[in-house]
Amino acid sequence: MTGLRALLQPHRLILMAVFAAFVIWCAYALRWDWLPKYAPLAVEGLWTTIWLLVVTSVLGMLLAIPLGMAQAIGPWYLSAPARAFCTIIRGTPLLLQIWLFYYGLGSLFPQFPEIRNSELWPYLRQAWPYAVLALTLSYAGYEGEVMRGAFAGVDKGQLEAGRAFGMSRVTVFRRIWLPLAVRNVLPTLGGETILQLKATPLVATITVMEIYAVSSRVRAETFIVYEPLLLLAVAYLLVAGVITLLFSRWERRGSGARAPGATTATTGQAATKP
Amino acid sequence: MTANRTADGEPSAIQVIDLCKNFGSVEVLKGVSLDARKGDVVAIIGGSGSGKSTLLRCTNFLETPTSGKIIVDGEEVAMRADGRPANRRQIERIRSRLGMVFQSFNLWTHRTLLENVIEVPVHVLGMHRDAATARAFDLLDRVGLRDKADTYPAYLSGGQQQRAAIARALAVDPTVMLFDEPTSALDPELVGDVLRVIRDLAQEGRTMLLVTHEMKFAREVASHVLYLSEGRIEEQGPPEQLFANPRSERLQQFLQTVH
Repeated sequence: MTGLRALLQPHRLILMAVFAAFVIWCAYALRWDWLPKYAPLAVEGLWTTIWLLVVTSVLGMLLAIPLGMAQAIGPWYLSAPARAFCTIIRGTPLLLQIWLFYYGLGSLFPQFPEIRNSELWPYLRQAWPYAVLALTLSYAGYEGEVMRGAFAGVDKGQLEAGRAFGMSRVTVFRRIWLPLAVRNVLPTLGGETILQLKATPLVATITVMEIYAVSSRVRAETFIVYEPLLLLAVAYLLVAGVITLLFSRWERRGSGARAPGATTATTGQAATKP
Repeated sequence: MTANRTADGEPSAIQVIDLCKNFGSVEVLKGVSLDARKGDVVAIIGGSGSGKSTLLRCTNFLETPTSGKIIVDGEEVAMRADGRPANRRQIERIRSRLGMVFQSFNLWTHRTLLENVIEVPVHVLGMHRDAATARAFDLLDRVGLRDKADTYPAYLSGGQQQRAAIARALAVDPTVMLFDEPTSALDPELVGDVLRVIRDLAQEGRTMLLVTHEMKFAREVASHVLYLSEGRIEEQGPPEQLFANPRSERLQQFLQTVH
């Protein structure tokens, strides 16, 4: 019940009242007559945004793990290309990457009859595969760097314990190294996923109809500017809120592994407080 | 060199023959041999830098020996010319029979004590999870941590963590227990509980290699003591003899400084 009491403190009540007043003012003073007509399109656009985010984050993470691993412990012929990839991706604008893939690859592919006649062609002539590719590689580039630090930061003693008990390299990686590394960077990954969400509107420039593209279309067709943008902001806020919630839950699930106040929980000296 | 005959008639649990180890140009071990028979408790003592931890870590190939032979339970570990294990599978199999206890515990911090103890039986030895869990509770009970089974290591004292680490090592029913200075990272008041657990294991006939700074404890539980100095066994023998009548000058000095 402390949660409710905290919520009912005077300054919070005032803030809530202000917010409610703002919402009511928006509802009455602004134009929403376009909404019924564009609502189905907006829902579709939101859905596109969400699946773009989920698919590219998951695929990007799957790429980031080997990229991070290669940089952390790989031989030079693996670590050097991995580092180059991350540097290039992080050093160039995402918009440029999206255009390079869409206009570059997109105009290269039709010149090959093998590709034109392949079963993939119906997909490759659409825009979304290039959006997925660019966003995935972007996420992989940033998270590859994050994972490099995460892998390098795992307590070597715990890995050695795995080896000492006869674990194979794969088992050590799967059971100890990866979970410890991911746990250490969960807060970072949550923030990076929100950044990824806010990178998705860029794919509107290559005709993918996600939620931002929908709001642009409303503006272009009805000349109403602020209302769609306001609603757009609310939509992004909601999705970002859900991401924050999911990650904080995930973090809490693994938080038992971190003692309150202990910075290095693994060395004897740090963990002698019962 | 293999003069260890305290448990006569028993087969060797672990044999080390003429082990050498170089780190770069530094010779850390210069031909060390030992033979622990089933039920032996071999204490390895010596000053810092004497190579005692390296010796222990070479027995399960956490360090790669430069040359020498290691025979665990009658099975010789196949080594290539450079000392690296020739067969990874063999090393993994042998390691899973050597229960190692580290100075800094090295419990897996993302798993509860129970999960730590069942990890190797389930994911390395292929034991059924329920059987491993039942056994893990028994082991945690033995080290006095049954009520902490669902706790993460970070919430425990060093002494509790080390006892949990001993339970983890026991879970594989090891041929030999390897202790690498198990009490060196502990606050003085926590040492006693850990030593008590190790003493119980010695009394029930566990084979152990014990690298330690606790001379009183070594004297009490060991059946055989090796004194290492500058990468060689300077002196060895039953603890009464070694501690009461050290022959070599170095050991005499060493015992004076640690007492």
